[in-house]
Amino acid sequence: MSITYLEAIREAQYEALRHDPSVFLYGQDIATFGGAFKATKNLSKEFPNRVFDAPISEDAMVGMAIGAAVEGARPIIEMQFADFSSVGFNQIVNQAATLYWRTNVPCPITIRMPSGGTAGSGPFHSQSMEAIYSHYPGLVIVAPATVEDAYWMLLDSVKLNDPVIYCEHKFLYYHLKAEQIGDRELPIGKARIARPGRHATIVTYSAMVHEALRAAEELQLDGYQIEVVDLRSVKPMDTDTILASVARTGRLLALGEAFPWGGVTAEVIARVTSEGFHLLDAPPMRLNSKDTPIPYHPNLWKSHRPTTSTIAAALRRLLRY
Amino acid sequence: MCLVALASPINCVETDLTADFRDQFLLCYQHMLLARVLEEKLGSLYRAGGRIVGGVYLGKGQEAFSAALGVQLRKGKDIYGPLIRDQAGRIAFGEPILDCVRTYLGAVTGPMRGRDGNIHRGRPKEGLLAMISHLGSLLSVVAGGLFARRLAGTLGDSIGATSIGDGGTSTGAFHEALNMAAVEKLPIVVSVANNQYAYSTPNTRQYACENLVDRAVGYGVSGMVVDATDLASCLKAFRAAVAQARSGGGPQMIVGTLLRLAGHGEHDDASYIPDQKRRDPSARDCLQVAEDFARDHGWMSSAELRDFNEEVRRTVDLTISKVSKEPTPDPFKEKWQALSCADLVEGQHEA
Ligand SMILES: Cc1ncc(C[n+]2csc(CCOP(=O)(O)OP(=O)(O)O)c2C)c(N)n1
Ligand SMILES: [Mg+2]
Repeated sequence: MSITYLEAIREAQYEALRHDPSVFLYGQDIATFGGAFKATKNLSKEFPNRVFDAPISEDAMVGMAIGAAVEGARPIIEMQFADFSSVGFNQIVNQAATLYWRTNVPCPITIRMPSGGTAGSGPFHSQSMEAIYSHYPGLVIVAPATVEDAYWMLLDSVKLNDPVIYCEHKFLYYHLKAEQIGDRELPIGKARIARPGRHATIVTYSAMVHEALRAAEELQLDGYQIEVVDLRSVKPMDTDTILASVARTGRLLALGEAFPWGGVTAEVIARVTSEGFHLLDAPPMRLNSKDTPIPYHPNLWKSHRPTTSTIAAALRRLLRY
Repeated sequence: MCLVALASPINCVETDLTADFRDQFLLCYQHMLLARVLEEKLGSLYRAGGRIVGGVYLGKGQEAFSAALGVQLRKGKDIYGPLIRDQAGRIAFGEPILDCVRTYLGAVTGPMRGRDGNIHRGRPKEGLLAMISHLGSLLSVVAGGLFARRLAGTLGDSIGATSIGDGGTSTGAFHEALNMAAVEKLPIVVSVANNQYAYSTPNTRQYACENLVDRAVGYGVSGMVVDATDLASCLKAFRAAVAQARSGGGPQMIVGTLLRLAGHGEHDDASYIPDQKRRDPSARDCLQVAEDFARDHGWMSSAELRDFNEEVRRTVDLTISKVSKEPTPDPFKEKWQALSCADLVEGQHEA
């Protein structure tokens, strides 16, 4: 029996509902329908009165989760697409993110964001929002790349006493499968070495972990061993694991699917150059999407985001330096 | 200005049937049929796989309500912000179906050049705004266009019009914009297609007022309800609303009652809509209702209907085969430039 990334997300919500009566789910089309992607399939049946359809009101959805959290609930909010969280932005970054700091009352809400690009989805159903939310103090941002992490990090997010932006990648929903969900290995805040190596390090997260692993395979044919670091949580970022990897390899490629300006890859490079400059044998490199909205047509979409071949090309340049 | 929200729906009566009305009715019917045939074709292209990547969203059942507004608008003068289910309204406004097919197939020749797809298309400089996905965000943009014209002294009797669904009315953006339009007394017609579902979510989980039109009063906006399966009633309502808006009556809200006769998109079988609902009068097919009406009034013979049907199918087939031969975007020729000021575009700071 195998389990997909999407099923793991569903299972984690099942477990959260089962173990903690203060958990409830709120989002558009998530009750009987089971969600646009079926991430909450059957949950309303199994947990009557704890899974609710929301009106198309993202701002109010987040606001109500915050109010409920103050009263002791641990809501999970599903955004139909990460892109629409922009409508709830104010509540997320100003209400949820500041609550604990201002009032000493924690805000344990989890906002699930179906993120990232898939072919034909266009500019408003493809966005990656982790960098935007990471910029604000008071939020935890996770971006699982594996079935295990999808499961455990969602459960950890719900248990965490702070607002968590849980970025789940739509491309991995059905593509990524595991035989079973293994034991919980790492907590939120710790990165994982997805592949050990010694010639260069790729630091990445979410769906790009898999592109990075494929590029590493390709480079192996040329005799290079590429280390891939999966950040798992974008904020807090596990600088120690990144630096330790760069110490082994001397070369860094920071890789992300999101827009290039600022963002997670910029943060990785800033940390490595300021705290580990002496470890570098070559200028660190970044690879992100292009600096335009995300295109609809697959021809453009494939060129907009990093792919195995553009990652491999970047690695070759990095290794030649 | 009428501030009363009419509780009982607008109905068309025999005395409304002037020659001008008949002409508009027949025009609408043609737009509706073209929209229906075109969308059916897009649906089958989607199901066949390959040519259309991404979703296909149909306006099946909403053609009368959509066309009845679109046909009142004057391209080049009015501003139109159509939404998901407005293929018929777009045609009525004067958007060529080439724009639709090119956008669905992602052809570079289309208005969106493969950058955006399906219903996310428009030609803003021709008064046809290109919707973003985020529901509710179009109304204020239409308001802005009218506001600027008024400032510039060029408003004249031009109006703005935009659509929203029952679900979209729950957004803060929609509430803010309607209030703003009312405060500014802008000449806007807002058509609310209450097709009873927002994706899978029924009205009962979307709003708690008796009828969505009740909201009009709260904003100080004129409101009307109409049986949106009945083209004649839709026309009557929109003719009145547009006349009101053009003559300084401020924003007008028309709520049409109907049922979405397709899935949310073609990926969705809409099995959450109970059979009983499908037998409700709101589930009548507006195209059939209009056809019967035209025939009953002797406005169109069965032979004419048949000929027209064939012509429409030919037009759609020709358009699709033409666009199928057109180039899809080439990433190496693409400019990758999100700013109009080319000198401000940063180089790609990447590997
Ligand atoms: C702000 C926002 N949230 C969520 C969505 C996702 N979404 C797209 S269409 C839709 C349902 C729309 O329902 P309604 O407004 O009634 O229009 P209909 O599809 O019935 O024509 C939803 C939830 C969106 N487009 N925008
Ligand atoms: Mg609806």
